[in-house]
Amino acid sequence: MATTKLNRLTQGQTGIIRDVQGDDGVAIRLLEMGLTDGEPITLIGAAPLGDPLEFSLRGYRLSLRQSEAERVEIDLPH
Amino acid sequence: MTVAAPVKSLTIAVIGNPNTGKSTLFSALTGMHARIGNYPGVTVEKKIGTIHHHGVTLNLVDLPGTYSLSPRSLDEMVSVDVLLGRQPDVGEIDAVLCIVDASNLERNLYVVSQVLDVGLPTVLVLNMWDVAQSRGIQIDVDALAQRLGIPVLTCEAHRRTNIAAIKSALVAASKQTTRTPLRLFPPEFYREAEALRTQTTVGENVLPDFLLERLLLDAGGYVEQWQSKQHASELPTQLTAARDRLKAAGCRIPAVEAKVRYAWSRQLLTGVVQQPAERPVTSSDKLDRFFTHKVWGLAVFCLVMLTVFLAIYVAAEPLMTLIEDGQGFIGDTVGKWIPNGPFRSLLVDGVIAGVGGVLVFIPQIALLFLFIALLEDCGYMARAAFLMDKLMVKVGLSGKSFVPLMSSFACAIPGIMATRVIENRRDRFVTILVAPLMSCSARLPVYVLLIGAFIPDLWYGALRGLTLFAMTSLGAIVAIPVAWILKKTFFKGETPPFVMELPSYKWPSPRIVLSRVYDRVMSFIVRAGTLIFATNVLIWATAYYPGDHAEERRLQAEIASQEEQRNDAAELKEAVNRESQRLLETSYLGRAGRAMEPVFLPLGWDWRIGVGVLASFPAREVIISTLGTIYSLGGDVDAENQELRSALQAATWPDGRPIYTIPVALSVMVFFALCAQCASTLMIIRRETNHWGWAAFTFAYMTILAYAGAWLTYQIGQWWM
Repeated sequence: MATTKLNRLTQGQTGIIRDVQGDDGVAIRLLEMGLTDGEPITLIGAAPLGDPLEFSLRGYRLSLRQSEAERVEIDLPH
Repeated sequence: MTVAAPVKSLTIAVIGNPNTGKSTLFSALTGMHARIGNYPGVTVEKKIGTIHHHGVTLNLVDLPGTYSLSPRSLDEMVSVDVLLGRQPDVGEIDAVLCIVDASNLERNLYVVSQVLDVGLPTVLVLNMWDVAQSRGIQIDVDALAQRLGIPVLTCEAHRRTNIAAIKSALVAASKQTTRTPLRLFPPEFYREAEALRTQTTVGENVLPDFLLERLLLDAGGYVEQWQSKQHASELPTQLTAARDRLKAAGCRIPAVEAKVRYAWSRQLLTGVVQQPAERPVTSSDKLDRFFTHKVWGLAVFCLVMLTVFLAIYVAAEPLMTLIEDGQGFIGDTVGKWIPNGPFRSLLVDGVIAGVGGVLVFIPQIALLFLFIALLEDCGYMARAAFLMDKLMVKVGLSGKSFVPLMSSFACAIPGIMATRVIENRRDRFVTILVAPLMSCSARLPVYVLLIGAFIPDLWYGALRGLTLFAMTSLGAIVAIPVAWILKKTFFKGETPPFVMELPSYKWPSPRIVLSRVYDRVMSFIVRAGTLIFATNVLIWATAYYPGDHAEERRLQAEIASQEEQRNDAAELKEAVNRESQRLLETSYLGRAGRAMEPVFLPLGWDWRIGVGVLASFPAREVIISTLGTIYSLGGDVDAENQELRSALQAATWPDGRPIYTIPVALSVMVFFALCAQCASTLMIIRRETNHWGWAAFTFAYMTILAYAGAWLTYQIGQWWM
């Protein structure tokens, strides 16, 4: 398993959340929205200007900025 | 008649995630008559609706849609305070109504688990039942109710199903006493929370368990900020030590809360919810691919925004004219019945014109909120923010500021009202404070008059067009550094998360859309309309007094009698215009204009322009009629008036130099582009920020900016010419 950051996923690729870094408002919000360790998350695509990104997790769609997605460590299953 | 039992009034808090149809359910339960106000000291809207059900009165308090109950600001603390009965203007809460999206239970139950930790009787409503069904999601409602130990009901709020059952469940729940909190965390967590109790107790004032838990869980959150202020030195170190101990025990804050609550939610739903293993590709997913496409997505976005803009800029126009004509007609009719004098002027020019001045904003507000409600209800609004975010981040805002700022190009009033979609207080305030810089439609007449009179008709009209374009863009360009500076000074802090749910697309429900438009219009009339009306009457008084209007009245009466005899009254009309000019010159306004001439001179203006500009501080379009009066043409002139243009072109200084040169015309236009000359906008800023200070601040910064801009324009223009 390779470890990377959530913003490094390619379109359609799924990773497993490992950890959310930090304990500020952004980190808490990410956790509240269900980005907890062990959850799968898929990159659906990016906005036309390249940022933010659209993800799918827990059966719903979530938009995160690159800078926010970078805080999420993920494992890539092979 | 039987002996009436004492009518009991119960208070219910309504809470849930955004995009769950919470406000739809709220209006389905309470009807259209909700009381709208503000919680003291914050910008959160207070909405309370009343239900009478089988002899019981239920007061429903609609709390803002939220994903969690971990407050990070004073505004977010309001919901927690209401639930805990700590909000004095709401009082004790008897029960909680939690509304969740049945098609997305797992995430929606997160906030429910927090509510259950408060320990109040709770009713759970699974809304959007139809959507869940269509996605093949099967939910065993009875099993869920049993596991949770609270009543669970299904609902399709837009079709008003099960409303009576929900009311009965609320009445029954309110009669229960408190319930045991969930308490999902390991025992050491509760020991640490309990240990904080003695340190945070002040006299009789003991923090409830829920707040002690929040204090420990929310690093840097509102409860910690508030308590640290009260117990100056030792609390932060104690908190850090407690969190370190918990981390060592395998209970890392903040991650532990999400981990524990989501695990609870998943376990709760195991065996209760059956859904297709693979989430089927829905039509919503396909639509999303199109709407967020690099080319098509942006094209559709431009088309949608153009439609919204044209609706409020162009389509609202005939309705506004209708209101103005109606006001004129009523004023004339009433005027005929009352003798000419101060009372008639108060009634016609003060009261009736004041009401008209409020009503005239309604077409734009109604149309803008019609579109916003449509776009929100169908799910496109979140995509608009998604598409525009990168652009708006550059000025320190987020994609959610785009629609309010774009709307402000038609009129800042609906634009500022539309900032309610921005949850983050700092982003919302910065958007409100720069919105009046966008070139609204009331600035256009000023540009048309001055460009028509002074900008040469070169290059087949392109020079005039370019000047108009430059003036219209100026405010938006200046808004970029202003927003940036505001973000670095008054509103600095950690960048708010953009983390935003992209809801599924659905057909908008006419009932929801119309009730939202009604809501916004009523809220404008009740909350801002009264202020704007009062301002209008006040402005009338300052322009009317202290002059002696007897001569003007005598001339007007003579014109009326001459016209009755079908005589030509042209000479008399000129006499009236001269008398109006004299009255204006001798009014407080006129005197102020003359006294302030030294202030205007560096901008290249004479006292007449000064009077025009001063008169237009309450409403910028007034400058046209004021200039008309000053140049003895009467107040009934418009921006296309040739006589007014000639009068301006012919105006000279005492030494014979023309007053209006191109630099002067440009300096006046730049002043209008940047100045906050709109009392109604200042009133709406006061309402939406819930503070006079921000209205005063907007007025001050824009006036300074306008003066500096006009000065620079004139000085550079002089040097260039």
